[in-house]
Amino acid sequence: MSSSTIEAGANKVRPRGQSVFPELEALLPLIAKPIQYVGGELNAVTKPWEDVTVHWALMYPDAYEVGAPNQGVQILYEVLNEQPDVLAERTYSVWPDLETLMRENNVPAFTVDAHRSVADFDLLGLSFSTELGYTNMLTALSLANIPLHAVDREDHPIVVAGGHAAFNPEPIAQFIDAAVLGDGEEAVLLISNIVKVWIEAGRPGGREGVLLELAKSGCVYVPRFYDVEYLPDGRIKRVVPNRADVPSRVTKFTLMDLDAWPFPKAPLVPLAETVHERMSVEIFRGCTRGCRFCQAGMITRPVRERSMTSIAAMVENGLEKTGFEEVGLLSLSSADHSEIGDLARNLADRYEKSQTSLSLPSTRVDAFNVDLANELSRNGRRSGLTFAPEGGSERIRRVINKLVSEEDLIRTVTTAYGAGWRNVKLYFMCGLPTETDEDVLQIATMAKEVIRAGREASGRRDIKCTVSIGGFVPKPHTPFQWAAQLDHESTDARLQKLKDAIRSDKEFGKAIGLRYHDGKPGIIEGILSRGDRRVGNVIETAWKNGARFDGWSEHFSFDRWMESANYALENTGVDVDWYTTREREYTEVLPWDHLDSGLDSEWLWEDWQDALSEVAVDDCRWTPCFDCGVCEQMDTEIQVGPTGVIDLPMPSPRVSPVLVQGLCGN
Amino acid sequence: MANKPPERDLAPTIQKLRLRYAKRGRLRFSSHRDFQRALERALRRAGVPMAYSAGFSPHPKISYSNSAPTGVASEAEYVEIGVTQLCDPDKLRSALDEALPPGLDIIEVIVATTSDFSARLEASVWEMEICAPTEEVMGAVGELLGSTEVLVERMTKSGLRVFDARSAILLMEMVPQSAITAPADTQMLSECVILHVVVRHITPSVRPDDVLTALKQVGNLVPLKPVRVTRLAQGPLTEVGISIGDPFDPDRVLV
Ligand code: SF4
Repeated sequence: MSSSTIEAGANKVRPRGQSVFPELEALLPLIAKPIQYVGGELNAVTKPWEDVTVHWALMYPDAYEVGAPNQGVQILYEVLNEQPDVLAERTYSVWPDLETLMRENNVPAFTVDAHRSVADFDLLGLSFSTELGYTNMLTALSLANIPLHAVDREDHPIVVAGGHAAFNPEPIAQFIDAAVLGDGEEAVLLISNIVKVWIEAGRPGGREGVLLELAKSGCVYVPRFYDVEYLPDGRIKRVVPNRADVPSRVTKFTLMDLDAWPFPKAPLVPLAETVHERMSVEIFRGCTRGCRFCQAGMITRPVRERSMTSIAAMVENGLEKTGFEEVGLLSLSSADHSEIGDLARNLADRYEKSQTSLSLPSTRVDAFNVDLANELSRNGRRSGLTFAPEGGSERIRRVINKLVSEEDLIRTVTTAYGAGWRNVKLYFMCGLPTETDEDVLQIATMAKEVIRAGREASGRRDIKCTVSIGGFVPKPHTPFQWAAQLDHESTDARLQKLKDAIRSDKEFGKAIGLRYHDGKPGIIEGILSRGDRRVGNVIETAWKNGARFDGWSEHFSFDRWMESANYALENTGVDVDWYTTREREYTEVLPWDHLDSGLDSEWLWEDWQDALSEVAVDDCRWTPCFDCGVCEQMDTEIQVGPTGVIDLPMPSPRVSPVLVQGLCGN
Repeated sequence: MANKPPERDLAPTIQKLRLRYAKRGRLRFSSHRDFQRALERALRRAGVPMAYSAGFSPHPKISYSNSAPTGVASEAEYVEIGVTQLCDPDKLRSALDEALPPGLDIIEVIVATTSDFSARLEASVWEMEICAPTEEVMGAVGELLGSTEVLVERMTKSGLRVFDARSAILLMEMVPQSAITAPADTQMLSECVILHVVVRHITPSVRPDDVLTALKQVGNLVPLKPVRVTRLAQGPLTEVGISIGDPFDPDRVLV
């Protein structure tokens, strides 16, 4: 990074930070949807390269249509670009048609903002919402001419992984220089600062020097400074720092006081069509309902709310800056916000007369949730309603700690159908610990009962219910991290029985839609989720064999992954089953044990035992603390309202700047 | 509840405005649908009092006329909008331009006073930057203009279509070298020729890529890199197929 030029393509030398757009432009007419690669979105920022010391490339390792709306990346992009001495640009995965052309024409991986070569940046930050983006990271590294293995890098960007998957970065440990756990806002500022000081001091100690500074902070994990030792049977013996000045555990970041961080202030408005054609406002972070399968809930504790007043201000500002027609009020379980009733009413009042629609991703099974949906769709825009009982039987719901009774569900859907909703979606999981065929077959019984009650409540026969089923994958830092994953054959067999049970019903079968995937992709997600460093070779082999875009069923190949895994794990004594369908003991050292999500491992184990004995726990927002360990360990606290504000003033009506003065009586 | 259209302000359209806009630089890769979304959002950001259609999913009243294909830049795209309060065309131009990303630029806005606008868009002038030796390009142009019919095929939504690309071409001429604006780098790689082509709008429409297909077919012209195309103008044919008028003129006269 010290030299001012790098080798590009065959023999051209391009100054660092210079646009590669001319080379890329020649390829754009030859590929599908070129708009996704050109950037130029409303509210995008580009800064002159020479004006700043620290250059970040931020990658969401999936296609632009999925990555561009991602809140995490948009937030970090803004937080970093607000810093006078830092710039951040975005990059997304390129589809195979462009990848091929880029390789043929020596066009390097680029950012969409100023089309700078990714290799020119000081840092490459990747946000992994799911493990299925790992192979896309390897494509990006190779297109950027960055060595795949961190140890081979010299004058290359520092590759930093973040996002939920980074809570177990061991499977990608050989490809990344560092990983960050938890909320990114303060993390990227801390990293920028360390890197800036290092650059300005003349890069003391070279690459290793700055990585050491990062590791010493205690909240950046640098895999190379930790050695993993194995037992003869393949389990991990221990993970220890190989340097005295590196802490033995790395802790997660927790952002407190969301009101002080109202990002994104100017959401990006993509030109290309994306999966979310709306702007989002995050209304709180964290969830303490304690569903035992839920990694998101476990690793984002405690709950931190944004106040109603500041949410409303963000909605208003965002609409004005973007022109979007829909606003999503995001969080893990939005109906749980302590001021949600007033918030929904106030926002509905504000936007009732406009074309603006509000949506609330909440799947809570209760009548209040239906009231909220009714309120938010007052101006007529109605999408479907989704509820997530997650488990088919009362018993399995106690195992997963989803405290919903059959009566709750029937009462809720009755309210929904009665209020005029025609289609209700129900979300369940298959493959949960201790699950039997009977638990899953109960889903059919439940769905039929839903239709029966719905017909009665609405007085119509044309109501529908869609049952969606996801395969359960045990995740690190959850009480189910020790559980055996269900093999894909059993998953498929169970789902087939469910399908038969629904289809064979003359009375209700036609009113029930069933959506599910086969169990194979879940097994690959499983090995990537709970894998250790040995899984790195599996990823690399699969990628070399062509694995790309693994989250897309049309690109995913189970056979390719299995062949790659069998090859890469040869002579290790462990295999895919060992990582997925094997139950772990309490004493086993888990690959992520040295990474601290704040959860006390004894508490997690007790919660796992409670699950096995079908005992439920309550939410700590409403009942006394159940000592999961997070607040004490992280020195954080629950931040919930209500703030006491009941009514928000209506914003002063905006006088349109385009009217002919005096002619319309605004 | 969900089975009756919601109550909303459904004020009537009291004014129609016509917009001329440009699609420039990297945003030429936006598709028509991409532009539609961007325009609708920009109209909201700019606070334009749009008229909406009635019904369950109301649409703002916007009508588009033959948009340039994805990848083709344009200086002359047209759109008409309906509003519920009288708007000042100049203020609307600048507010809307400000609300759109750079590269989608509003050039002119006029109040519509006539009704036969789309019929006035009789032909387009396309500028094509073809990187190939001049003799080869001009040879192919000569062959094409010398033919009475050149059948080309293109995949359309209704399947593969075969049609004549020659009869729609009214003029095809080379523009002097000095007009070349491409970066120095590209000129080193290849020689580029700039053509201006006047094409009459017929059905099925003959697009720039059809013209290039025709040049390839009759004159074996294979450019060294993708041809950069810009629509310079659209409008009524004035003299016999040589020049194109401003389609806004009739509205201006009546103001
Ligand atoms: S309610 Fe349950 S599933 Fe939803 S975020 Fe909270 S813990 Fe996770």
